Amino acid sequence: MAATQIFATFIVDGLLFGLPAVEVLELTNCREMTRVPLAPSTVEGLMNLRGQIIPAIDLRRRLELSPRPAGKLPMNVVMRTADEPVSLLVDQVGEVLELGEETFEAAPETVRGVARELLRGVHKLPGRLLLLLDPQRIIDGIVVENRKPVRPPQTS
Amino acid sequence: MESLGDIVKEFLIESHENLDRLDQDFVKLEHAPGDRETLASIFRVMHTMKSSSAFLSLKRLEVLAHAAEHLLGRLREGKLVLNPEIANTLLATVDNVRAQLRVLEDTGAESKGDDTELIQSLHLLADGKTIAKAPAPVVAPAAPETAASQVDELTREFLIETTENLDALDRSFVRLEKTPGDRETLASIFRTFHTVKSTSGFFGFGRLERLTHAAETLLGKLRSGELALTRDMTDALLDTVDVIRTVLRHVEATGKETTHEHRDLIDAFARLSGAPAPLPKPLHASQKASSVVDTAADTTPDPNATDSAPAAKPAAVEVKIMGGHGPAEPAAATGETRPQSIADTSIRVDVGQLDKLMNLVGELVLARNRLMPFAASRPEAAFIAATQRLNQITSELQERVMKTRMQPIGNLWSKMPRLVRDLANQCAKQVSLEFEGQDTELDRSLLEAIKDPLTHIVRNAIDHGIETPARRAELGKPAAGRLHMRAFHESGQVVIEISDDGGGIDLARIRKKAVEKNLFTEEQVARLTDRQVLEIIFLPGFSTAEKTTNVSGRGVGMDVVKTNIENIGGTLDLQNRPGQGTTLRLRIPLTLAIIPALLVSCGGEKFAIPQTGLVELVRLDGDQAGAGIEMIYGAPVVRLRGKLLPLVFLGNELKLNSTPPPIGNGSARAPVNIIVLQAESHHYGVVVDEVHDTEEIVVKPLGRLLKGVPCFAGGTILGDGRVSLILDVVGLALHSGIVEKIRDRGLGEEPAAAPVAASNEQSLLLFDLGAGERMAIPLELIARLERLPQEDIVVSGGGEVARYHGEILPILRANDFVAGERLPAVAQHGIYDVVVLNDRGRRVGLVVGRIHDIVSESLKLQPWAGRRGLIGSAIVQNEVTALLDVPGILRELQTEETQTS
Repeated sequence: MAATQIFATFIVDGLLFGLPAVEVLELTNCREMTRVPLAPSTVEGLMNLRGQIIPAIDLRRRLELSPRPAGKLPMNVVMRTADEPVSLLVDQVGEVLELGEETFEAAPETVRGVARELLRGVHKLPGRLLLLLDPQRIIDGIVVENRKPVRPPQTS
Repeated sequence: MESLGDIVKEFLIESHENLDRLDQDFVKLEHAPGDRETLASIFRVMHTMKSSSAFLSLKRLEVLAHAAEHLLGRLREGKLVLNPEIANTLLATVDNVRAQLRVLEDTGAESKGDDTELIQSLHLLADGKTIAKAPAPVVAPAAPETAASQVDELTREFLIETTENLDALDRSFVRLEKTPGDRETLASIFRTFHTVKSTSGFFGFGRLERLTHAAETLLGKLRSGELALTRDMTDALLDTVDVIRTVLRHVEATGKETTHEHRDLIDAFARLSGAPAPLPKPLHASQKASSVVDTAADTTPDPNATDSAPAAKPAAVEVKIMGGHGPAEPAAATGETRPQSIADTSIRVDVGQLDKLMNLVGELVLARNRLMPFAASRPEAAFIAATQRLNQITSELQERVMKTRMQPIGNLWSKMPRLVRDLANQCAKQVSLEFEGQDTELDRSLLEAIKDPLTHIVRNAIDHGIETPARRAELGKPAAGRLHMRAFHESGQVVIEISDDGGGIDLARIRKKAVEKNLFTEEQVARLTDRQVLEIIFLPGFSTAEKTTNVSGRGVGMDVVKTNIENIGGTLDLQNRPGQGTTLRLRIPLTLAIIPALLVSCGGEKFAIPQTGLVELVRLDGDQAGAGIEMIYGAPVVRLRGKLLPLVFLGNELKLNSTPPPIGNGSARAPVNIIVLQAESHHYGVVVDEVHDTEEIVVKPLGRLLKGVPCFAGGTILGDGRVSLILDVVGLALHSGIVEKIRDRGLGEEPAAAPVAASNEQSLLLFDLGAGERMAIPLELIARLERLPQEDIVVSGGGEVARYHGEILPILRANDFVAGERLPAVAQHGIYDVVVLNDRGRRVGLVVGRIHDIVSESLKLQPWAGRRGLIGSAIVQNEVTALLDVPGILRELQTEETQTS
């Protein structure tokens, strides 16, 4: 058997996504969220995870999917990043899967838009596709619009 | 390896991280060879490496990093294009640096080896040539000395003690240069060297002993007045300090001293003290302090084993008899009893441990907060008592753990005198360094973060700012430039100011350079305001220095400073007074602290406002509510004691769903809550929906993801477990544009003199006691101003008290303390004006007649002795005003309290 990797999976807007399990710190229920005014819209707010304040990213908004139906409570997938932990809001948590290289394939060229940027690739499961997310890119793409100081004009 | 010095350890950790980043950056660069940003980042890393190495006297690293930096500079300027050869050479450099660091980590000493080939390659490439042969292979650093032997407890003590001694020496030397004849300083230096010598001998570090002996001989002559201190001598002595440091690091790693004989320094000392090294004079036993260490000498094994002068043996014996009572250092180290010193009662704790502890305490606070409501709803007295106790203990625990992380900024500044001295010498300038507010405490991690920026700023100030003595003489300034470092707390932030009285920043020159460097066109530059021109110096790669020196001129400094400060959420403000100097003001947020804060709501969200930024609360009720807020060209203002206060509607500013209060003669009668805040030196009001209580909150950082979001200084967790945002008083003012407007106007009108004049001014609260006489209290003594209803003040335990934010506030009536004011303070419409004072950690309310105004004025106090309760009088706004003796009144209160209890 070739090298296998373990993935935590979850469902967002009917699609099955996965992250390497080593990147996932914990899965928790919905918690009270504090909105952060002036923050990017993909940041749902801040939550209290046992005394630590961590930001939560709405994956539906981040992945440019349809908004979550009112009254449907999300789950938190708390993920490790280079800096602080960050929670990803998902609709439902799935199984933990151990997958080998043989089912993996890079995302097809035809995938466009935000998915192109955030997907590492696809695992072809029986009857279903598992879309692998790139954890760092989810974070990196979120930019706070800040007033810029004087910058040199682009001369090139 | 646990035994390395803190600084070296940090350097290693930091450098390893940097190297990892370099690897990535280089690879990125090979894909996109022209990418300026990546190049700038690589350049910065290499520059930091160079500076830190220089700071730690790691010569070999410094030289190599300098060469690499030079090549990178050419790449960044676009004079060279990255090719595989350059990339390989640079990567080889990274590998070499990494190998060197590994040796440093293992042995604690800089590795020996030859990088000439690599450095030459770097230079060749920088000049646009190619290297004939393959890039220099990674030079294997000299093998570390045999595996680190276990450093025993005794040696460890020796190391800690000696390291502390060396730090003291650095400071003493700089002091000595200013007052060369100062016997006391000389004696202290002498003693320190002597101690190091004796202990070295005790541990069998012969080479170290001989070196310190040579230094001691010279110092003996200096102390006796036989010789006068010259710069050569200071240099040699300081070099010795550095050498000892290196040796110590080696000892720490291997348990052995280095094999270096220090011949050059020993010879230098012999020459300086008038060779051949003569017999040192017997030490005066009458000199109390030295007798203490002299006793140490007798336990030293014979130092004349080899080449040192026939040394202090007779003297030592003599002194032994006379000073036998002293707590001799090495003797004590081997032995049993010794008076407890601070070093004995303190231990070193890993900061990570403290962080964990802090998090746990935060959890405990939350658990406590959740428990408290239950206690209130339960009848059992024992349960209530138990929760109360838990409450108290939690609060105290919280405070204690917090304190363990705080360190005075003076710890960081203590490294500055040496740095300033060396830099001043290098640049042939004279600099006098002044400190203010060394005790200002800030979190350890912040102290770390500002270390580099501070070094860069000082470097810049000396190299660019302060003029040469000759030039200063022409300008009529004193020969020595003044470098002033000041730290204080303001608005819940730590402010650090570094000002010099040098030439300031030549804006015309920056404009010219910016055009030369193709950063702007001439047309663009002409359109920039002065303030925008100043911003240019923070751009990567900008420098006005005509030539690149070891000290500065590569244009990295200010860029790095800004990046580092912003990374910890701080801000940087530059005030330029052409011809008179510059002031750099760093505002460092509290990323980890427990502070009192006022909780407010707006648009359904709760926010915390740090109490330190709070001036007062104003509530407009009834008729006032509608008419109170007026508009000036779209800017809302309110009249407060005859002055216009600009307003910010928090709901609008943060785009919350909050109905803005009525403006003008609206029919709405809802009260308007205004929180008066102070940002820098300006007051402004924030309009919120609701005002709640004051609470102690634990400040937590918002993290990288939300770093750039304006207006917030951090987050906190409230009693109900919800996260709440902490408003950044200055940030909110900047975001809403209030401060910028005021400041830009101020900059144009009164450029130079303003800050100086302002420092003499004092803010005063004006009031009367009902009889019409004008009275004043310095605003700094006042915590808050309140209006309390008559019925809130009750008599309890022989004095008056009021309920105040869940506390009991002792109430004093100013009338009772001031002679001659016999009228009772009258409550107007049943409301008292109360001045809340800070009295050593608690609050005390002072009832006055009526509060008039807050003014800023430079005071000329006419002291009086005669009248009780007053310290004197002064002219304030052209009227005679009596100054209340607040400390005196508080003292009287204490005496009363101790008598009644």
